[in-house]
Amino acid sequence: MFTAFLIKYAEIGIKGKNRHLFEDALMHQIKFALKKCEGKFSIHKSQGRIYVEAQGEFDYDETVKSLKNVFGISGICPVVYVEDEGFEKLCDTVVRYIADVYPDREKTFKVHARRARKDYPKESMEINADLGEAILNAYPEMSVDVHDPEILLCVEIREKIYLYSETIPGPGGMPVGTGGKAMLLLSGGIDSPVAGYMIAKRGVKIDAVYFHAPPYTSERAKQKVVDLARIVSAYAGPVWLHVINFTDIQLYIHEKCPHEELTIIMRRYMMRIAEHIAMETGCLGLITGESIGQVASQTLNSLIATNEVCELPVYRPLIGFDKQEIVEVAQKIGTFETSILPYEDCCTIFVAKHPVTKPNVNIIRRHEHNLDEGIEELVKTALETKELIVAE
Amino acid sequence: MEVYLDNSATTRVFPEVAELMIKIMCEDYGNPSSLHLKGVQAEQYLRRAKGSFARLLKVDEKEILFTSGGTESDNMALIGCAYANRRRGNHLITTAIEHPAILNTMRYLESVGYRVTYLPVDAYGRIATEDLRRAMTQDTILVSIMHTNNEIGALQPIAEAGTLIKRMNPYTLFHVDAVQGFGKAKIYPKKMGIDLLSASGHKIHGPKGVGLLYIGDKVKIQPIIYGGGQQRNLRSGTDNVPGIAGFAKAAELLYEHYDDDVKRLYQCKKYFMDGIRRMEGVKINGVLPGKPDGEGTAPHIVSVSVSGVRSEVLLHALEEDGIYVSAGSACAARKPQPSTTLKAIGIEKPLLESTIRFSFSVYTTVEELDYTLQAMYDKIPMLRKYTRR
Repeated sequence: MFTAFLIKYAEIGIKGKNRHLFEDALMHQIKFALKKCEGKFSIHKSQGRIYVEAQGEFDYDETVKSLKNVFGISGICPVVYVEDEGFEKLCDTVVRYIADVYPDREKTFKVHARRARKDYPKESMEINADLGEAILNAYPEMSVDVHDPEILLCVEIREKIYLYSETIPGPGGMPVGTGGKAMLLLSGGIDSPVAGYMIAKRGVKIDAVYFHAPPYTSERAKQKVVDLARIVSAYAGPVWLHVINFTDIQLYIHEKCPHEELTIIMRRYMMRIAEHIAMETGCLGLITGESIGQVASQTLNSLIATNEVCELPVYRPLIGFDKQEIVEVAQKIGTFETSILPYEDCCTIFVAKHPVTKPNVNIIRRHEHNLDEGIEELVKTALETKELIVAE
Repeated sequence: MEVYLDNSATTRVFPEVAELMIKIMCEDYGNPSSLHLKGVQAEQYLRRAKGSFARLLKVDEKEILFTSGGTESDNMALIGCAYANRRRGNHLITTAIEHPAILNTMRYLESVGYRVTYLPVDAYGRIATEDLRRAMTQDTILVSIMHTNNEIGALQPIAEAGTLIKRMNPYTLFHVDAVQGFGKAKIYPKKMGIDLLSASGHKIHGPKGVGLLYIGDKVKIQPIIYGGGQQRNLRSGTDNVPGIAGFAKAAELLYEHYDDDVKRLYQCKKYFMDGIRRMEGVKINGVLPGKPDGEGTAPHIVSVSVSGVRSEVLLHALEEDGIYVSAGSACAARKPQPSTTLKAIGIEKPLLESTIRFSFSVYTTVEELDYTLQAMYDKIPMLRKYTRR
């Protein structure tokens, strides 16, 4: 029955002169999201609205599911298109529409007509009244409520006539790409994909960096991260995943620094490397999944130590989240099942039994001096041998 | 160099087997249940396969049932017999070190009201027939014992157990999971008191997705899969003709050179174990006392515990050199589930997570073993240096 979707967007509406940039980005994202759906679609902008029109056969459920992943959409209205074959015919169609969409008709309603084509023989108010009458005649159990109707039936008179009344909520946020790009430190855990999702929701394109440590971490652990990046890409668009071989750096730190500080110093090097790639690729910030106090390296003291090595701002969207809250988002966006696959990641393999929870930055810096020039060479090699995987 | 030493997980298909299967899939692709010539031709392959296995196992063709693999064979033997003999009793016996296809099926049967006794094993992974004797009751409808343990290569006293069971209760059925043993040891069900025997195609250079269950003609069993009534109503589903024919071909090829191959496998095992023993802090599991060359154990499995190195890490380190082995315990970092076999033979906790399994095949060469040993000599000291402190 439905052959098109009217896309409602919330925040873009208030973007003033930049509005068209946001709309174009949204259309681009919609196009990307629909690429994997059965059927062909045309996406067009008309009088401040975006319409997605199916060209022939398509899978309704699949299409709605994909659109619900596109940031910037606040609502999706399934639309019925009809040819203009006179007002009588329109009344019939509307009555049938009500029957199809609302099996239970003990409801209040209101007709809201818009006449984009001003040569249509009836005015909007007339259309409202006459269609309302037709509905009441067909279904005496329904009643009109113009202030707070349960069903708001919109009728738009254009080249064709559009009918819609239902709005499926979208994810909100802003179209990806309108907010620049940032580099996500993606591990195999539960938190980092959620962090990436949340920043992407604000319109930021996501690149990612993953540190792997063969033979201590396996090829499957890497595959898991690629899979997570792919799940995030359903929302954020294609994710460029940079894979860094971190083994030698890790072993070197293990050798030269106090074991309780291994994780902190390791994370400082991860941040440095991530920032280096970020700057090379035009990213405007780093994103991590840290949340205060979750583990030893995420206390405020530890965060000072890992934060100070970066010039770029580090965004931590989960900073005030409890684990359970993060898990809920992970389940909603579909990363949870993959995140809990039991492959070891490079942060846990050498972790000390009692890592420092309140590191003193000065002491950490001093111990980092033990690493002297050797580490620079290793970092250089790691950057030179990085592997790029495009997850989409 | 690629060295595949994980032949207990699966094996490379013999080229002759692959060739035959391609021919069947592309030319003789009929459904053996069809009435026309194409169907009859396909049926010939089934007959021939049945004939081969009947000959190799010295049983009757009627007693061979084809399944989708070892797991289905084990499920069918246990569930099919437990249900069909419910009136006779509700007690089953197995060992503590069976494959999950047996252990988890037993757990299922427990959940529907059967009682299961799990026989303990000694430090070498063998049951004591005395324990079996004590566990047997008038209610015991089935005993299931694996022929060759998949993790440490322990061999069970199958013939002895068979005799004992039949002497104590002629109605008790004896099932043997020979998925690891078939093709590596000569197993003759009728001479060993075995009523049911499971084997699998892909462990003997045949294809995946095919297995067999020998069912002695007097055994009361019911199907666990229902449908079109193929295989005398015992196992419905269109016969997997290419798989079955490939499986039979692999078995024939294996039995052709059986004696030489098994001898060579034992030589490999001895050679490899001697090389392992030159390292410090290693322990070979399952070797019988006074039999350092592996006599009385499976010819193709060597289980080694390497102190101070986690098995998964060693596995990936060897993988970097193209050497493929198995972590003796299916243990993952965040979900530690140490192997039941290794626990059952009393391996100390630190070594549980440091055990890897090497398993050989007819393709394994001394050169490959040298290469593997050298990789271990090179890597283990380095891996031991970096550990969690």
